[in-house]
Amino acid sequence: MVEGNIRVLVAKPGLDGHDRGAKVVARALRDAGMEVIYTGLRQTPEMIAEAALQEDVDVVGISILSGAHMALVPRILELMKTNGQEDVKLFLGGIIPDEDIVQLKEMGVSGIYGPGASTEDIVAQIRKDVLKRA
Amino acid sequence: MNLSQALLNQDRLALSRTLTHVENNSEEGRKVLSEIFPYTGKAHLIGITGAPGTGKSTLVNQLALYYRREKDHRVAVLAVDPSSPFTGGAVLGDRVRMRDLSGDPNVFIRSMASRGSLGGLAQSTSAMVQVFDAAGFDIILVETVGAGQAEVDIAKLAYTTLVVEAPGLGDDIQAIKAGILEIADILVINKADRPGVENTERALKGMLELAHPTPRVFQHHGRQMVVEAPEKDDEQENFWFTEVKRTVAKDGTGINELGKAIEKHVRFLRESNEWDKQTRIQLQSTFDSLLRETLFARFLDELSQEAYEEIMSKILKREISPWGAVEELLG
Repeated sequence: MVEGNIRVLVAKPGLDGHDRGAKVVARALRDAGMEVIYTGLRQTPEMIAEAALQEDVDVVGISILSGAHMALVPRILELMKTNGQEDVKLFLGGIIPDEDIVQLKEMGVSGIYGPGASTEDIVAQIRKDVLKRA
Repeated sequence: MNLSQALLNQDRLALSRTLTHVENNSEEGRKVLSEIFPYTGKAHLIGITGAPGTGKSTLVNQLALYYRREKDHRVAVLAVDPSSPFTGGAVLGDRVRMRDLSGDPNVFIRSMASRGSLGGLAQSTSAMVQVFDAAGFDIILVETVGAGQAEVDIAKLAYTTLVVEAPGLGDDIQAIKAGILEIADILVINKADRPGVENTERALKGMLELAHPTPRVFQHHGRQMVVEAPEKDDEQENFWFTEVKRTVAKDGTGINELGKAIEKHVRFLRESNEWDKQTRIQLQSTFDSLLRETLFARFLDELSQEAYEEIMSKILKREISPWGAVEELLG
């Protein structure tokens, strides 16, 4: 599948307007040679799944600081599955309590990164997961 | 069902996967392109180019809304942003301005990185357009990378080229330079609510009044292609006088008028035989570059690595010139 560059959708669902983290990650992935499609703030799960479909990305990275992750993430995963993109990896960044992390990983989230995460780790994990997918 | 059939049936996942194959120039991609070619040639390709920050993406958003609202056309958007020359990575941010189009199944937006191409488009942009065309999109909006002065590849691809300007970007000397302004079928002065819009409009219109029918000479792979100037007596029918339109894409001002100007241009293309001429330019350009790439690849396949290195080291020692080396290899 992955013959060209790794393509990543970086999206910011929900109502909080803090996109610094998403932009830092977008820039780091760019510098790692990936093509990052940046969608901007206040995306609904429907908008994110639609963009992931149209852009045929390998990875979707979302950033949630509002605490709404247990509502938003399952919905995004479900829509991506409906679209036939169950093999696309979902990465999550933001403020995620430890007890939720276990559940989110069970749902199928590939990686979860909180404050202080290194962008190098994110890049390495994405490369590994995309390689596995192919 | 194979990929081509799914694509022709307007399956969105198949469309998206095909675009990836074509963008990566994979074997599957080339196979699909051949299979769908008989179904192409129907869409109207509109190119949108201009300097970074003039509002191309916002304008594309508005134009797509216009075609949905007024014409019920299916609209595809292909937005090109630059790749990093160092890492090959890219941040493709055109979708940020196109969120109004989300949720409409008759709109499909695809972002692509330029991947090292310099003319404002990527190498595979024209092939990606063919895929949208076969998938039944009536309108294909191709947004180039933020263009400076010489990124004019879009004029070879699009039937209608919009060049987007904004007030305050340059004086009347900029307006008479060769390059990007010359390729405009319609010049759009966006952000027309800003001060200085009259000066910009005056400079651009002044430049256009000097325009007159001339033979069009394309530098095409080092060869010149000349499209003759129209005859003097039927100049009015066969010559398109570039229109200047003011818009404020942020709030939609002037979009209906711009849409009507594009329709007028389409009527002109259809009634003169400019539409067919443009089709020929597109397909010839595709054919020629494929021929060149394939011949080059085949030649390198036949030439052994040692022979190549040997002649290269002679060139490095300046025992033979690159021109002489080519003569020797092919002569």
